[in-house]
Amino acid sequence: MSGAPILTVDRLAMRFGGIVAVNDLSFDAERRKITALIGPNGAGKTTVFNCITGFYKPTSGAICLTHDDGKAVQLERLNDFRIAKLARVARTFQNIRLFPGMTALENLMVAQHNALMRASGLTFLGLIGAPSWRNAEQAAIDLSRTWLDRIGLLDRADDAAGNLPYGDQRRLEIARAMCTQPALLCLDEPAAGLNARESAALSELLLSIRADHGTSILLIEHDMSVVMEISDHVVVMDHGLKIAEGTPREIRDDPKVIAAYLGSDEEEAIAVMESGT
Amino acid sequence: MTATPAAQTSRTPGAAFILKKSLISALVALVLFSLMIGIRTEAGPDGQLTYWTRFGDLAVMVAAVFGGSILIELLRQWWGPVDAGKVMPAPVQNALSLAGRLLPPALLVFTFLVPVLFYDERYILDLAILVLTYVMLGWGLNVVVGLAGLLDLGYVAFYAVGAYSYALLATNFGLSFWICLPLAGILAAFWGVLLGFPVLRLRGDYLAIVTLAFGEIIRLVLINWQTLTGGPNGVTGIPRPTLFGIPLTPADDGLAALLGIEFSPTHRIVFLFYIILALALLTNWVTIRLRRLPIGRAWEALREDEVACRALGINTTTTKLTAFATGAMFGGLAGAFFATRQGFISPESFTFHESALVLAIVVLGGMGSQLGVALAALTMIGGFELFRGLDQYRMLVFGMAMVLLMIWRPRGLVGHRAPTVFLARKEAISSDLVKEGHG
Repeated sequence: MSGAPILTVDRLAMRFGGIVAVNDLSFDAERRKITALIGPNGAGKTTVFNCITGFYKPTSGAICLTHDDGKAVQLERLNDFRIAKLARVARTFQNIRLFPGMTALENLMVAQHNALMRASGLTFLGLIGAPSWRNAEQAAIDLSRTWLDRIGLLDRADDAAGNLPYGDQRRLEIARAMCTQPALLCLDEPAAGLNARESAALSELLLSIRADHGTSILLIEHDMSVVMEISDHVVVMDHGLKIAEGTPREIRDDPKVIAAYLGSDEEEAIAVMESGT
Repeated sequence: MTATPAAQTSRTPGAAFILKKSLISALVALVLFSLMIGIRTEAGPDGQLTYWTRFGDLAVMVAAVFGGSILIELLRQWWGPVDAGKVMPAPVQNALSLAGRLLPPALLVFTFLVPVLFYDERYILDLAILVLTYVMLGWGLNVVVGLAGLLDLGYVAFYAVGAYSYALLATNFGLSFWICLPLAGILAAFWGVLLGFPVLRLRGDYLAIVTLAFGEIIRLVLINWQTLTGGPNGVTGIPRPTLFGIPLTPADDGLAALLGIEFSPTHRIVFLFYIILALALLTNWVTIRLRRLPIGRAWEALREDEVACRALGINTTTTKLTAFATGAMFGGLAGAFFATRQGFISPESFTFHESALVLAIVVLGGMGSQLGVALAALTMIGGFELFRGLDQYRMLVFGMAMVLLMIWRPRGLVGHRAPTVFLARKEAISSDLVKEGHG
């Protein structure tokens, strides 16, 4: 079963009153691959993300997540925190949503909430300081330390997350999502606001996450250099519809994509797409 | 170069600015006080309205406001912007941090010694018990408001549930204080969950209003359910606590007779003092422990960003409910203590005023800070007693002191947050980063 796509979106539609944000969208995200969702502003990408991660309930359509062991979960039937807890889908946000008043380490500890809740015997074992709880807590701290080391923030572990530079906050949010041990990691514009060097480091981080943990990644991104470099598969949306999908190379040469991005001015569109190579 | 003078002037507004601001304040004062102070009305001997003017007093008040606002403006300039970080020399900083570390143990030792130091002063002992009761209530509410960021204006409801639980169980079934104490805590926690369910979806102002209503509902039920609660007459004859079954009475089987010492009513007061001290310390210990457990971290994360919590798979419903239940449980324990101390309770003790007072303690102390809440309880309850000599001006002085305190420390006495876990160094987090929660 492990060959099956991890995520199958089937005829997804999301309407807000009369506004159709997503219309009849179907695509697959392959297992242990990086799938990019791109499109001009207002194409409905974030709405798709919110449907997948349970923040919106889709108007119609099905979203199926198949775990490595072949167990399938219908995401549109779960809501709220259950998608992250039961289906193991983690996400980051377009506008960073860390816990600014908590330290970087605490942010990663909160992400391990469900595992730690079990280990603390729903708080009661933890309250009396049982050894099993102490071991679990130490393991959680070690996992956090590993992730802080990987994103290069080990020396800032005890600083408030809100005090970190923007690029560090972006990486910390990804590390926090990874601390939930997700099967599918959804990243909403992880490269937004990063400079060229930080973007390159981000690409490297995402590739290493896929290689080391076998986590499948779904990302929304405007930074074409990141998309072209790391994606295995690209889905292009415009006005709530899928207009193209394929490998980054196919997408770059697709006239429909170019038209969607920059109207009919192909020269300029090509320049934008080329800049990503 | 060109920006410097402009910045200079905007930082220190000139005399004209201060004068203008003070004049506006004086004008507002004139409008407000012209009727309140300027004209005095009274019913004459035949029921007709008699009035006379007091323009002298009015002029004094307006002048005081005018002078006061000039003074405040000058103070403000001298102090600089409130949120600007003050650069203090290293020795001062070290001394301050040392004092900060030594303060809690010193306070604790002093509190333990209060009955020894003030054994003969009944008034001080009673006041200390009252302060500790509010310290415990503040610490209990701190879980809900300070950690989870849920604004609860009806905390007194749980205090009442605890008090009536003990009072009714003891007077109707003859159960002892030590059996009723956990029962009161459990019942209050149960009511906390009950309140939690309908308000889960509410935030901010709406949450505050519903919790306020809940507090009033409990009070009105207590007044109107005469057959159970005795209505406005309350419950009388609530038994005093015993030391493992030994009563603290002058009787032959009392503690004094058993120890062979002369009976004194102070024994009971000292005993009560140590009970509430133990209860308050239990509250503190549990809260400190909980903060380092996943549930406590989830509460704080909830205060920081609820959406992010959900994205991390945290069940926000149960997290909120546990916060309500934990806070309510401590309120219930404090209520049971209140009932046994007073020996008599009535709905009058559980008005909105109590909720507001406890909330003020939490806000003034610095939301989430255990030390801050304890200091605030001491300041509010102790300070209120301190101003007793001022008679009718007591409330005025007290209110002004609070306003000044909030100008000086907008995030409470202890505004920063201590991290719950650290790798290398434990460094306090500045209050501007810590969120207050949205309810």
